[in-house]
Order: sequence, then structure tokens, then C-alpha cells
Amino acid sequence: MGLLSKKDANLILDPLADNNPITIQVLGICSALAITAELKASVVMALSVLFVLGVGNVVISLMRNIIPSKIRIIVQLIVVATLVIVVDQVLKAFAYELSKTLAVFVGLIITNCIIMGRFEAFALGNGPWKSFLDGIGNALGYGVILIIVGFFRELLGSGTLFGIPVLGDPIAKTGLYATGYENNGFMIIPPAALIVVGIIIWVQRSRNKALIEEA
Amino acid sequence: MAINTDKNSYTVIFAAVMVIIVGSLLAFLASGLRPRIDENERFEKQQNILYAMGVNQNEEGGSADFIPTDIVEEEFSKYIKQQLVVVGSETKEREEAYLIDLKKQLNIIKNGDEAELPLFIGEKEGNKYYIIPMYGKGLWDAIWGFISLDENMVVQGVVFDHKGETPGLGANIKLRFFMDDFTGESILDGSRISGISVIKGNNDPLNNDKEDNEVDALAGATITGNGVSAMIKETLKLYKPYLETIRTK
Repeated sequence: MGLLSKKDANLILDPLADNNPITIQVLGICSALAITAELKASVVMALSVLFVLGVGNVVISLMRNIIPSKIRIIVQLIVVATLVIVVDQVLKAFAYELSKTLAVFVGLIITNCIIMGRFEAFALGNGPWKSFLDGIGNALGYGVILIIVGFFRELLGSGTLFGIPVLGDPIAKTGLYATGYENNGFMIIPPAALIVVGIIIWVQRSRNKALIEEA
Repeated sequence: MAINTDKNSYTVIFAAVMVIIVGSLLAFLASGLRPRIDENERFEKQQNILYAMGVNQNEEGGSADFIPTDIVEEEFSKYIKQQLVVVGSETKEREEAYLIDLKKQLNIIKNGDEAELPLFIGEKEGNKYYIIPMYGKGLWDAIWGFISLDENMVVQGVVFDHKGETPGLGANIKLRFFMDDFTGESILDGSRISGISVIKGNNDPLNNDKEDNEVDALAGATITGNGVSAMIKETLKLYKPYLETIRTK
């Protein structure tokens, strides 16, 4: 990476794997459970968080020296809420269809612990450029897990990807369903997400033993 | 220049300035974008009303496709012949009745007063469609939609939407496969105007029985489904006096 120094590059790359916000920091689990029943919602959520965390981290970082520490959490909350409302209003005016898809996520973004977590842990103590990279990195790390979970849940639960049937028609019994395969209804309810995330954590830690906490 | 950010006075001033900046930013944005947002919402209502009477761009086996927004106003005035408001036992014609906020009217009813309930009569290929707006509660938030009936009290089409149902579960009430199930279903139970229930395990997943007042539920969305059933029932109850005057069966 010629564009970024090694340290800067790590800010983006670390959260993708060894310091992943969901599987290692265990932040943002709530939204990972709630919206991963279909792949499209996962992608939309990942992109929304990418924007809000990227911009929010920069804003907080720029303000870091003037924020009174006593009310910093409230200030962070206001920044997130403002960003989300701005995005929501602009979309409602210029991309109405998309805004309806996003409506569900607005509340979830504001309360997403990854965003507050990164503001608190990183942006308050680092410069804007580093904070921006950290925000992008963490949002990507979050998004990757969301998309993996969404992929498996939609495929196994509904037999579709992005709403398009890929395994055949379950009612007319074509494709894979002709062999007696059935959709697993359990996959589309939230506990399934916990199991998929659990499997990802398991796979990740068995590949990288350094991640295993001391018992 | 080091500022003492721990002082109480600084904290208060910071909070005040921040609130003023953020507040005015949002107010400016909201009022600036209001006309565009209103227009989008108006188009959406027209799209929904037309969708319920079968004026849409649905293709065989595809998704639910509405009339594009650039021609929706034209199509709306072409197909919707009458816009009515039902007040008690009276029916009046009213221009732009579709802009009436049903939620507010339902609140008026809850307070025991007489509300103005909008209703639309559409005509397509010689057939009449009575289109009724609906509003109810899902699992997380509001659900709403339109249902169109003919004189025999058979559903000609429905459209549902929601504010915040779970994606992949309750949110699927707005998908075509679910809405299509209602078409052709009778709202009559015997000769009484009843409704249509969203039912689990009614042994009719393909929805071949159109007289059972039932459609197959969505897996994992029991409460949203119950909300849809209740919404249809409650709405039809409100419009029953009017429906009794037009039904031929």
C-alpha cells in the first residue's frame, strides 16, 4: 500500500480480521441479529454504518479538544443522531424508494454500539485522518460479518439471495427442492444469527490461536 | 490557547452552542426539503391506491411494481372516478380525499367523535373498484395499506406497507407473493361482512380456497400477520355501513 503508511493501513485492515468489531470486540451484536435475515438489508446496513462511522469519527476527532469530558457521551450521541437524520431527510427528498428501505435502520444506527464505541475509544484521542481510517476499517469489519451472516441466513432460511430464488421453487418443488430439501425456518429467526456469528468466532479463533482469551 | 474544558460554565455554553447549531441545521434542512418530501409522499399514496385496484406494472412472477412517479398523477385522475368521505351514514364527494390522514381520523373515532373516512371509487375496463385505506399496528410500529373490493365483496387487490417491521420476516407483508394471496378472497363469512385472517397452518399454502377468509401466514411473523388480520377487520367494521349500501351479494 503505497498510499498509506503501514500504521495507517493497519487501522483499516485490523478491524477486518484480528480486531473485528463483532467477533473480537463483540460490539454491534444487536443489529447483527436483527437485520441479517436477508442479504439486501445486511448490505444496506453495512453501507449506512460505513457512512455514519466514517464521517462521525472525523467530526468527533475535529471536536476532540473542545468537547467537555463531562458531557462527551451526549455530544457523541448528538453527532450520530444528526448525521443519521440528515441522511434520512436527504434520501426522503431525492431517493424516496431507498429511504423506505432504510427507515428501519435509522434507529438501529443511532444505537449501534460500534459507532459510540469507536468515538469513545478512538476518535476522542486521535487526529481526523487516522479517525477516518479507523471508522472506515471498523465499518468494513462490521459489514463483512453482516454480509456473511446475511448470506447464510437468507440462503438456508429462504433459499434466495437478494430476494432472487437460487435453489429452485419450494412450493412447486423444483431445483434442489425436488430432492426433498427444505428451507430451514429456524435460520430466519434471530437466534440463528447468534449461532452463525458463533461459528464465525470459532473458525476465526481456531485459525489464529493468539485470539483465544486466557480462561 | 488551552481552554479549561472542565469548567461548568464552559460545559453549559458548549452544550447551548451545540444545540443551537445542530437545531438550526436540522430545521433548515427539514424546511428546505419539506416540499419535495411531501410530493414524494403524495405520489406514493397515489401509487398505492392504483396498485390496489390492479393498475401497476406487475409482471408474471415478478416483484410488486408500482406506476412510475412521473405518470402517477395522470393515471390517478384517469382511473379514480370518485373520491368520497364517509361521515357516519352519509357519503360526500370530496376532492383530494386521498390526502386525509387516516391515523388522525381513527384517533377522532377513539375519542367518540365522528370522523371523515376516505374512500375511492376506481373504474377499469368497465369494472368498479371500491378502494378503502387501512391503518393498524404491526409488531414494532405502524402498518397500513389499501384494499379494493368489488360489489360482490371480493377482494380485487391489496397493498400493504409498514414503518418498521423486521426485515425478512414481518417486512415481507409488502412483498408481492403475500399481497397476491388476498386477491380473489371473499370478505364475506356467510352473508356477513367479516374480513380476512392471516393464519398459520390452514392447510392451504397455495391459497386455492377463496371462500375461507384465510390466507397463509408468513413464517416468523406471527404478530405482524395478526396485525394485518386485525387491521382488515377493524377497517371493514368502520366502512360496513357504506359497504352494505353497495353490495349486491
